[in-house]
Amino acid sequence: MNNLSVDHLTGIRDLNHDDIQLIFKMADSFKDVINRPIKKVPSLRDITIANLFFENSTRTRLSFELAEKRLSADIINFSASSSSVKKGETLIDTVNNILSMKVDMVVMRHPNPGAAHFLSQRISAKVINAGDGTHEHPTQALLDAYSIREALGEVEGKKVVIVGDILHSRVALSNIYCLQKLGAEVMVCGPTTLIPKYIADLGIKISHNLKDALQWCDVANMLRIQLERQEINFFPSLREYSMLFGLNKPLLDSLDKRIVIMHPGPINRGVEITSEVADSDQSIILNQVENGVAIRMAIIYLLASKIER
Amino acid sequence: MEKQVILNAKQIELTIKRLCHELIESHDDFKNSVIIGLQPRGIQVVGRLKLELESILGHSIQCGNLDITFFRDDFRRTEKQLLPSVTNLDFSIENKKVVLVDDVLYTGRTIRAGLDALLTFGRPSKVELLVLIDRRFSRDLPIQADYYGKTVDTLKMERVSVDWSEIEGIDQVLLYTKAGNE
Repeated sequence: MNNLSVDHLTGIRDLNHDDIQLIFKMADSFKDVINRPIKKVPSLRDITIANLFFENSTRTRLSFELAEKRLSADIINFSASSSSVKKGETLIDTVNNILSMKVDMVVMRHPNPGAAHFLSQRISAKVINAGDGTHEHPTQALLDAYSIREALGEVEGKKVVIVGDILHSRVALSNIYCLQKLGAEVMVCGPTTLIPKYIADLGIKISHNLKDALQWCDVANMLRIQLERQEINFFPSLREYSMLFGLNKPLLDSLDKRIVIMHPGPINRGVEITSEVADSDQSIILNQVENGVAIRMAIIYLLASKIER
Repeated sequence: MEKQVILNAKQIELTIKRLCHELIESHDDFKNSVIIGLQPRGIQVVGRLKLELESILGHSIQCGNLDITFFRDDFRRTEKQLLPSVTNLDFSIENKKVVLVDDVLYTGRTIRAGLDALLTFGRPSKVELLVLIDRRFSRDLPIQADYYGKTVDTLKMERVSVDWSEIEGIDQVLLYTKAGNE
């Protein structure tokens, strides 16, 4: 397998096992590149990439921007808060206007599920989904799996629990697809109200007891409570959530094994995870961020190689 | 395609020995020099040079591998996806004399990419080029080797392949020519 089976990265669901392994192999090389004195390669110097962020982001946006710059691509940035979207322009009109400026690739975050897929079917540029509402966040899932592979040697056969707000999380859905394609076992853990009703149909385990879930797993991925997506209260209070589903040091020490702690960020310290745990040597949170740049370079490089000259 | 052996195992061994002595002439004891092989096929040449040099000099010398994939000038211009190999440079090249090594020098494009890739690791005081086979008169760029094992005159449709006992099972250099085209 020498190339991706897809022309756009709209979700992990469209990728196969070989695609993911190819992305990891490329990311290994790019991780080497970003640790050199000069962290830049000239591969994409004739490519222009537009970063369209219709929703707020710090980490993902910076990570994409850095990945693009490391590959020598020209980039333009766009955020909804400072644009004509506020004046009533449609998504297609906005994007087509940007594409008229000869853009080869679009990285898009959008609040509506399916926005990246919608766009990929209507424009000629390559599309990378940087998060579409509560649907998918493929690059995050890939960097999470890559970080697990780095910490534990391989992903196959490992047990991963995703804890927290599964209902509103695109990270959870993409992670489930990605980990399953790589042969890992997945469990989700959280209050009943934050676990989607039919999620067991994806072939995963469900737990409502954090201690049991942690005892089962090799890796715990702690998600943030997405208060901005919650219009009603899904649990009585943050304090109660934290007591039942927050990861703290005494709980971690009570396990009879050593597990790896992950968090996609941004962290709400003291809610889903305490500072002591987030900053401990079991946590690979900052490795995830470093790997994010390498993974995004790999994806951009592989998709760019499919752009017609 | 007809094939013809242009260097056999014995000749390769002699050539490597000669190249090593030429290297010592200009690099003395290699205290301030390093040898870097270009992936994927330059590293076998480096392996042989290192073995021979160390047995002559009696001390170890610094060698590394350099992958040039992301510095190539044919990204998106070939059907085949360019996949990288491993870069392994666990020393600084700053102010060192660097000998870049590859098996065959043909268009010179690989060496151009190799120079660009090399410079992302620092500023060497000098860079030289050693190749086992120099396909003369076929350069696309103004690049020549400082040390070469053997020079051959070839046509564009011909192909030179360097085989190694650790990969192909035998040490030899082959020239593939079109049948009837001597």
